[in-house]
Amino acid sequence: MGEVKKHDTPMVDDLKKGPWPSFVDDIYTYGEKHKKQACFDIMGQLELSYKHKETHWKHGGIVGVFGYGGGVIGRYSDQQERFPAIWAFHTLRVHHPAGKWYNTTALRKLCEMWEHRGSGLVNFHGSTGDIILLGTVTEQLEYTFYDLTHQLHWDLGGSGSNLRSPACCMGKSLCQWALFDVQDMDYELTMHFQDELHRPAFPYKFKFKFSGCPLDCVAAVARADLSFIGTWIDDIKIDQEAVRAYVNGEIPPNAGAFSDRDWGPFDIKKEVIDLCPTQCMYWDEKEQKLYINNKECNRCMHCIAVMPEALKPGDDRGVCVLIGAKSVILEGAQLSTVLIPFMRVEPPYDELKDFIYKIWDYWMENGKNRERVGEIIQRIGLNKFLVDVLEIEPIPQHILVPRAEPYIFWREEEVPGGWARDLAEFRKRHPA
Amino acid sequence: MADEKAIERLKELWNKYEEVDGKFKDEMDPIFQEPYYPDVAEKLYNPQRPMENRITDIGPPYFWQFMPPIIQKNFGKWKSHQIIQPGVIKRISETGDVVYVVRCGTPRLETIDYIREICDIADKYCGGYVRWTTRNNVEFIVDSEEKLRALLEDLKNRKHPNGSYKFPIGGTGAGVSNIVHTQGWIHCHTPAIDASGVVKSIMDEIFEYFGSHKLPAKTKLALACCLNMCGAVHCSDIAIVGIHRKPPFVEDDRISAVCEIPLAVAACPLGAIRPATVEIDGQKKKTVRVNVERCMFCGNCYTMCPAMPLADGEGDCITIVVGGKVSNRISPPRFSRVVLTGIPNEPPRWPTTVKWVKHILEVYSKHARKYERIGDWIQRIGWEKFFELTDIPFTEKCIDDYRLAYTTYRTSTHFKFTKHVKTKLEDYFIKK
Repeated sequence: MGEVKKHDTPMVDDLKKGPWPSFVDDIYTYGEKHKKQACFDIMGQLELSYKHKETHWKHGGIVGVFGYGGGVIGRYSDQQERFPAIWAFHTLRVHHPAGKWYNTTALRKLCEMWEHRGSGLVNFHGSTGDIILLGTVTEQLEYTFYDLTHQLHWDLGGSGSNLRSPACCMGKSLCQWALFDVQDMDYELTMHFQDELHRPAFPYKFKFKFSGCPLDCVAAVARADLSFIGTWIDDIKIDQEAVRAYVNGEIPPNAGAFSDRDWGPFDIKKEVIDLCPTQCMYWDEKEQKLYINNKECNRCMHCIAVMPEALKPGDDRGVCVLIGAKSVILEGAQLSTVLIPFMRVEPPYDELKDFIYKIWDYWMENGKNRERVGEIIQRIGLNKFLVDVLEIEPIPQHILVPRAEPYIFWREEEVPGGWARDLAEFRKRHPA
Repeated sequence: MADEKAIERLKELWNKYEEVDGKFKDEMDPIFQEPYYPDVAEKLYNPQRPMENRITDIGPPYFWQFMPPIIQKNFGKWKSHQIIQPGVIKRISETGDVVYVVRCGTPRLETIDYIREICDIADKYCGGYVRWTTRNNVEFIVDSEEKLRALLEDLKNRKHPNGSYKFPIGGTGAGVSNIVHTQGWIHCHTPAIDASGVVKSIMDEIFEYFGSHKLPAKTKLALACCLNMCGAVHCSDIAIVGIHRKPPFVEDDRISAVCEIPLAVAACPLGAIRPATVEIDGQKKKTVRVNVERCMFCGNCYTMCPAMPLADGEGDCITIVVGGKVSNRISPPRFSRVVLTGIPNEPPRWPTTVKWVKHILEVYSKHARKYERIGDWIQRIGWEKFFELTDIPFTEKCIDDYRLAYTTYRTSTHFKFTKHVKTKLEDYFIKK
């Protein structure tokens, strides 16, 4: 480990200032301490990008570890002579544990491994959820993978046209609103679908995300091809005494989330009853009692979030399964749409696994290159996807409103007499 | 160094892993207690026979082993929570146990020394456990008020050499949480803008909103450095997106060697790419031509074909989208909408972007009602009012012309009279 070569980085250095944690200070401090040339070279290349306002990473690069088709993203600098320590700077996606809990013994060992094998730069975490190890050379990939699996019993995550590393919220580990065990389902499906995760055979990426309740902290509805969102089917549980405590100003609303501004005294009518999207609540001022017409509730969680000590989701819990979310590439952004409004779930979730295979079988057979499942549903129509592909009974929960235009693709067998007609007979009745 | 004994131990530990199928519950996988041996992989991995002793498809470590005993004990038993100050959530279990969760922002892009410092803190106060949130915050969990006070004091004093906080406390309640973001110029091959630098610049400027509860509701920010939008940018309260604005180059001399021409053609969602043949040095070469009139600069062709680069320091710009959300609270999840585009790409501090983001945040803060997310507020007042209140110049770029564009046009006489409305026909024409 000789002396490091430093680059002049005045623009990047400006990001050392200010209160928010400076990645520049962090990277330079680490580089100095461990004499890691890659840290100086990457700051040098970033400075050049700041000057040119263009990236200096070449397009892609096919690298990987033996037997896997994902988990490693190849990266090469287009300034290899100027910044030789990052001439190759591949990324490894390391599959995060469900809920992103860590024991420091494990985390430290992972750090040691990455100090030895790579640049020492990481993302905690990448957008999909993986731990991202940023920057190593091709020769180190197999050894890194060997270390990961043999010395940490830890696997790579997904990349490319495969199942991406599933992700979940904090779930039952910390949150009272986790309506199913998101971590367990995440882990169980992750383990069951290891082959799909490591060996790309799909038309494009496929993501599972698990949110414990309709607040959807893991953004499943926006990001996941299959979104699993916890919900309940029975009544919201009310502790009337606690409701009165909120009304009397004894408990701050929304668990104290509005503490730094004077919004005036808590007003249950204005802040809960009137904001209820289904208007299914009633506060009886005289009785000092809250009524909820649960049959009309759409479980938006607002009242529960405002008065968490007083209101709790019901006890009959399950998941809502939605399908097809994605960002803009290619056909425009989509939110997931309801597939199974409610189902109770039990490990090991075998019926769900079979159901997922059914979706994949169709998509793999019929999907175009880089067509997400949400896009194939758009292409063939949700009605066909439900009825013909999944053999699911269509119900009003699948849609927001019925179609406006009446262009219906009737199937021949649905029409009396079918489509075969006798033209001569027709013309007998209707001379041309 | 790994001697024979150590190698033997590693094998035994693998047997132990297989015995429980990786599902370590009562104790952590003992592999993590074993030191990291930098030479094991070189000793045991044989590049000639990569499948020998290979461990694959094991997935991430089982999450349960990484959760502290108090979390294991209270798993699924949490009763309620209070945010006792910005960034500190007290969680109360039905067992009577209480934990305090301290949430800190991180830059996401960091070094392993930063992770090690997190481990030091977790070892000192949290029994050696720590977790991350979906939005790149790190959470330290302590079990007493005494430890909480000491931890908060400790965190406040940890700073990078140039004074930025290493662990700013906040990200809860009615404030801004950490900005979910992508790689940018630090590690990606398709970005239009940087990511970490823009995020640092914005968070420096709106820092006070991270550590306080003075906004009308939770505000989630996100950044995507190109239209691939890794992360839920399309459903964020305010998000920044990097945009290319020049059609791709076509490298005629190189394209047939590095790309599958049909894939490049199929990559374009608008069918603007067609196959072509050119003559170079008397040789006929297969290539493509781009109908630039139809190009919407999505960059999908470059993703599929390295010989079609479109990044351009002069042309690339920033778009700001607002009003999206993923939570089902009160209103359903919805997309963010384009309000500003063509903002210059201005490293190292992106002053125009930062100014607009802060401005939108503050106008929202001033005008919205309690519990109203940005999108809910705009829904109530109308987009015309939003443009008036924020003084954002409305341009034709805000009018959709992609799929389903019609659904975004106004089909009623329900609108408000803002400064945009004139009373004479002649005043509606563009002033030359």
